Amino acid sequence: MLDRTQSTLLELKDVSKTYIKGSGEAGALVLDNISLNLREGEIVGLLGRSGCGKSTLLRIVAGLITPSKGDVSYLGAPVIGPVQGVAMVFQSFALFPWLSVLDNVEIGLRTKGVGAEEARRRALAAIDTIGLDGFESAFPKELSGGMRQRVGFARGLVVEPSILLMDEPFSALDVLTAETLRTDLLDLWVEGRMPTKSILMVTHNIEEAVLMCDRIVVLSSNPGRIAAEIKVEMQHPRNRLDPEFRQLVDKIYALMTKRAAPERDGVFPGLGLGMALPHISTNTLAGMIEEVAAPPYNGRADLPALADSLNMEIDDLFPVAETLQLLRFAEVMEGDIKLTASGVKFSDAATDARKKMFGDHLLAYVPLAARIRRVLDERPSHIAPATRFQSELEDYMSEKRAEDTLKSVITWGRYGELFAFDEGSQSFSLENPGEE
Amino acid sequence: MPNQWDFLSLALVLGAFIGIAHGSHGMTAPLSAPVTADLSLDYSNLPYYALRTTLRMFAALAASLVFTFTYATLAAKSRRAEMVLIPLLDVLQSVPILGFLSFTVTFFLGLFPGSTLGAEMAAIFAIFTSQAWNMAFSFYQSLRTVPRDLEEVAVGFHFSPWQKFWQLEAPFAMPALIWNMMMSMSGGWFFVVASEAISVGDTTIKLPGIGSYLALAIDAKRVDAVLAAVVAVVLVILAYDQFLFRPIVAFAAKFRVELSAGQVQEESWVRQVFLRTRFLRVLVTIPARILDSIALLRLELPNLESRHLRKRWPDRAVSRIMDAVWFTVIAAMLGYSIYQVYGFVSEKLTLADLRETVILTTYTMIRVFLLIVLASLIWVPISILIGLRPRLAERIQPLAQFLAAFPANVLFPIAVILVLKFSLNPDIWLSGLIIFGTQWYIVFNVIGGAMAFPNDLREATVNYGIKGKYWWKDVMLPAVFPYYVTGALTASGGSWNAAIVAEYVKWGNDRISAHGIGSYIAQATEAGDYSRIVLGVAVMSIFVIMFNRLLWRPLFAFGERRLRVN
Repeated sequence: MLDRTQSTLLELKDVSKTYIKGSGEAGALVLDNISLNLREGEIVGLLGRSGCGKSTLLRIVAGLITPSKGDVSYLGAPVIGPVQGVAMVFQSFALFPWLSVLDNVEIGLRTKGVGAEEARRRALAAIDTIGLDGFESAFPKELSGGMRQRVGFARGLVVEPSILLMDEPFSALDVLTAETLRTDLLDLWVEGRMPTKSILMVTHNIEEAVLMCDRIVVLSSNPGRIAAEIKVEMQHPRNRLDPEFRQLVDKIYALMTKRAAPERDGVFPGLGLGMALPHISTNTLAGMIEEVAAPPYNGRADLPALADSLNMEIDDLFPVAETLQLLRFAEVMEGDIKLTASGVKFSDAATDARKKMFGDHLLAYVPLAARIRRVLDERPSHIAPATRFQSELEDYMSEKRAEDTLKSVITWGRYGELFAFDEGSQSFSLENPGEE
Repeated sequence: MPNQWDFLSLALVLGAFIGIAHGSHGMTAPLSAPVTADLSLDYSNLPYYALRTTLRMFAALAASLVFTFTYATLAAKSRRAEMVLIPLLDVLQSVPILGFLSFTVTFFLGLFPGSTLGAEMAAIFAIFTSQAWNMAFSFYQSLRTVPRDLEEVAVGFHFSPWQKFWQLEAPFAMPALIWNMMMSMSGGWFFVVASEAISVGDTTIKLPGIGSYLALAIDAKRVDAVLAAVVAVVLVILAYDQFLFRPIVAFAAKFRVELSAGQVQEESWVRQVFLRTRFLRVLVTIPARILDSIALLRLELPNLESRHLRKRWPDRAVSRIMDAVWFTVIAAMLGYSIYQVYGFVSEKLTLADLRETVILTTYTMIRVFLLIVLASLIWVPISILIGLRPRLAERIQPLAQFLAAFPANVLFPIAVILVLKFSLNPDIWLSGLIIFGTQWYIVFNVIGGAMAFPNDLREATVNYGIKGKYWWKDVMLPAVFPYYVTGALTASGGSWNAAIVAEYVKWGNDRISAHGIGSYIAQATEAGDYSRIVLGVAVMSIFVIMFNRLLWRPLFAFGERRLRVN
């Protein structure tokens, strides 16, 4: 930006992160071989879906988490703990509820030993910059979400960090508030009124990334890898309706759905039984099929347009589209979703027929569902504990992900009437699976 | 500009100062061997006795706070310490500490021979044991649930451990801790009354206080003095509630982590006085500033920090060896204490004694169980009906909390008089005393549960015409169940403790006792028979722990899992 030099502030070299299971052994790989530079004068966006490890990456940069492999260096020195000169803004705001706005902004200075008067002066200046005048004595719970996040920004900026890290800072806000905050922040940045030399932000919102960033790093999921790096050359303020803007958004959508196309089962991490399933309600799945089947899409929809009309972000939209693809109700390619013949049939069917179809597809295309059903059929009691499948899944994925996957298959299996599940005893059974 | 608030407050503050100075002076007065103070049943002595008793309670509360901050913090921060400290706390919570009174008394008397300080310490320790465990437990649980993002802010801003404790952890734990402090103060009254005047074998302790005043009144068969003690207790409880807890609760409202401002604003007139009066405000702000700057000190050892930063891969092999060493130490300590207890008990006792205590404990258990059932049958429906009427509940709720705080053992003599007068069977009629003070926990918890019953569910029951049997069985009873279990759990714990006092009661020279482990322990204490005390308390503790594990825990888990309305 402007006349700031392009010197490197922060460097990540071949960073990988493996999570440690409760038992102490190494678990699933979260980040795989990430190399990344952060230079002076740029806003860099980490774009990816939930579960791609982008928040973990941000915390590695902040020195809150140590990588399992690879090196992180800040201004040439290795990072081995929380770094002075890096401040973070949180999705949940992370304000101390018992401190007033002023105290919240001051606290980072006071704990460093900055004198009371100087801390006050600097905090008031930061509050002034961020547009919080008049709210100094308010407590966070009295403020709206947007105002709370302004406190979050003021608290970050007051310590004059050279790098500002932002973890989905606008995603807990409503659309209008988020837009105002983005614009205000960009104004401060462009006018050079921030002490910050560089911003690294995590987002799952493609438009937000294109609107704000000079460079977008797209991460693929499971494990997180850098899928692409895109430079955004447009001048600020950027216009969302600008054809160049739209083209870039479309391009990123296509990029993020492209990998799915060549190999069918490759959408979800792992193959066969070890496939991690996203938690999506059957109502959402049916709703998406209906939406795509109906005009104006008539069976084929452009994902950005669909996201817009359904008011969904990629975090919500992609897993739904891909689950439909897994179940062969739809195909996803190049940023489009197209219903298959079964998908069209499903959209026309009545409730019972839909459930039957769903159950059949589930058995045919989701190995875990087929596996549970087979075990139940084979056992004389027709009962099997959930722990049996949970531990089987844990060979392929983390404990948490295994739990989520099992939860998804329970919801889907119940809807498709493949099996019943008893919450109290945590066991699957064939009791009342449809035919009485 | 001074106004009338200033004068009122000045009187208040001066009074408090004089009281503290006066009260603490008497505590260190030297005295000769048998620890008895000159007590008289003159009513005019009661304010002074009440003051001494209150000071004891607050000394114990202060000790409990120190204990909480160290013990719970250690348990939350160190995995190895946690393995031992938490189960230990769990047991300490279940052990009827009252039974050990004789041990602690002897210990502290030996520690400070020839001074009342030993007896004071013993009494304070007894109260401490009734207050500390639940406070420590609540603090530990809060420390374990500090929100992750706030934790990251603290680490990101390089808070030192000391700063993190005072800026994040302690404030976050505050609301739960204060609630538990209030519960602890309530529980403590029962112990004050029991611990101020106690005879262990030949040693008799009488400390100036409401408890020993009451004991004296019982010896002298003075009903009027008993009633005077009751009045004094009521006044003291009301006073510290108004002057201490209400302001604290109102102040602590800001520590609650919640997304929007709460609808209920806690009010306290004392706090208003402090906020409105200039010189009082100064009086508060100066210490507050000093505390603030202490909380902001970094207080860290330089070499500790470098180790803190270098937390790459912890060396697994070293960690495993440390674990092994740690387990060995624990096992050795455990083995040694079992050996000690066994030696102590087996010296004089036989298997027959063991059988006797088990049978007696079973009697007491049946008593506790039946009375909890009885109290539940009576109070749960009534409390539900009260809780569903917000205006009524607002008035009844503080009353129930007050009754829970009121030490029921003050009223025991009256029961004795009645039992003697009508020659009732003590095995049946003394049982009531066990639950007398503890049933109120059921009452105010269930009222709280009914008050929290969501309005939309109420409307739904009306809309769908759910009435009578179904209204109770399918709607209200499941809705208050989690709250009921919390209350019944507390009531049952308190009842076990109460049994030690309630199964063996005196009126002058008359003694009546019921068959049970409580009277067994009480009689052993009076006779100074230490091995019987140990055996009795041990068997009782085992029963209590089983009772909790096999009955209350499963019920609690069930309630939380299935019936919690969110």
